[in-house]
Amino acid sequence: MTEPIITVRDLHTSYGHRKILKGITLDIYPRETFVILGRSGCGKSTLLRHLVGLNKPDKGQILIKGIDMVTASEEEQNALLRKMGLLFQNGALFNSMTVGENVALPLMEHTPQESSTIRIMTRLKLGLVGLSGFENFMPSQLSGGMKKRAALARAITMDPDILLCDEPSAGLDPIVAAGIDQLILKLKTALRMTIVVVTHEMASVFMIADRICLLHDGEIKFLGTQAEMRQSKDPYVLQFIERRADDENLDPDQYLQDLMAE
Amino acid sequence: MTLRKTAGHSGRKLVLFFVHAARMSSLALQSLSWIFLAPFRGKPIRWGATFVQMVRIGVESVPIVSVISFCVGLIIAMQAAYQLERFGATIYVADLVGVSMCRELGPLITAIIIAGRSGSAIAAEIGTMKVSEELDALQTMALNPIGFLVAPRMIAMMVVVPCLTVIADFVGIAGGFVLAISNLKIAFIAYFNQTAEALLAKDFITGLVKSFFFAIIIAQVGAYQGFNVQGGAEGVGRSTTTSVVVSIFMVILADLMFTMLFYSTL
Repeated sequence: MTEPIITVRDLHTSYGHRKILKGITLDIYPRETFVILGRSGCGKSTLLRHLVGLNKPDKGQILIKGIDMVTASEEEQNALLRKMGLLFQNGALFNSMTVGENVALPLMEHTPQESSTIRIMTRLKLGLVGLSGFENFMPSQLSGGMKKRAALARAITMDPDILLCDEPSAGLDPIVAAGIDQLILKLKTALRMTIVVVTHEMASVFMIADRICLLHDGEIKFLGTQAEMRQSKDPYVLQFIERRADDENLDPDQYLQDLMAE
Repeated sequence: MTLRKTAGHSGRKLVLFFVHAARMSSLALQSLSWIFLAPFRGKPIRWGATFVQMVRIGVESVPIVSVISFCVGLIIAMQAAYQLERFGATIYVADLVGVSMCRELGPLITAIIIAGRSGSAIAAEIGTMKVSEELDALQTMALNPIGFLVAPRMIAMMVVVPCLTVIADFVGIAGGFVLAISNLKIAFIAYFNQTAEALLAKDFITGLVKSFFFAIIIAQVGAYQGFNVQGGAEGVGRSTTTSVVVSIFMVILADLMFTMLFYSTL
């Protein structure tokens, strides 16, 4: 078995007194598509933010290519980040720059290339996501799906080894969402990246995932391949696959007490 | 009970004040190191962005700074003439306008205009970027928000505010000039000589030194408030307002200290 490219060990984190992640341990291997699944608020985006060092954990280790993201120096972190791309949920394109400038920014800041070379590379990446000809548009002139694709182009400009996507299909119509999933698959084969996707869309999970991790209340409920997930008998996994709502437990006394509480 | 409540409330406010002060000093130190140290460690200053900011903060402020300084020059000249006329000493209007513009009003008016116009813009820009996760995006691209956003704005401020102050000084003196010639019937050359005689290099230079530090204050307060935005659009609005109030307050406090340093007779 190859060495994992991302290793998370016993990760704990909290916002104030509220515990978000309670001891997450997982390995992600090179060139696989790893999906982190869970309902909103279960801590999956928080986990993703920890992988790029945006949040600091209360306890635990995050190793990227063997280097601990928590204790690494700024230089080491930056070296790692240059080879990672993050697609934010809302794109997070720089609104004061054109699409082309957004995509070119990491190249301009981190590589000594000539501006003509950078222009060609920018067009290449925009072409990959199907946005050729849009480099002079402002992000505000793009539709939601196009923004996501432009953000994806920006995330892959530095040819990262690891691409992290935070809810790539959230807020998009099913056709555009499927298009984004296709794009992720295409990029995976074209650029041979490790891809980590955070989502709650079962349809896109079964389309792209090699392995799946289901989070519930800050803990891992299931970790395995698609086939294993389909065979799982765990009631929560089944509920997720079958898209069943929580059973409504109505306790009249409790309800009355909640209403009357000071 | 109310006493305890009041004590607790003011205690919390006091602690919060020191927390803000400490964080702001740390931001200021980091910004200065990005400007003066980082270029020697292979992290060059983004001159392109700096020039854009210089145009936005400096060039675009020239008209408003000029108009307001001109009016202030006129106002001081009128007020001075009203008092000095009784002694037949209207020629001293020149001294009063010249010295007060260069020492105090030029730097102060410029700083207040820039705090309202550009300090708030810095807070709003950085705050909006925080709300829309653009600051996080910068960080994940291994770009430091302080080096990337604050350093260019701060350099622009440090260069442009003293320049604007020079303009404000001259236009304010010109305002006094216009009133003296038109209303007080003072000869052009007499007013000119009187101004030249009254003004010392020290008046002018202390004004510029002050304005340089005002620039740092405005840029830092704006950036700090921007980074400090919590919540959405409402948070951006609140931080923008706070940035203007705090930077004007701090500019005036700093002015008080500089005046004590340069001119105290105690």
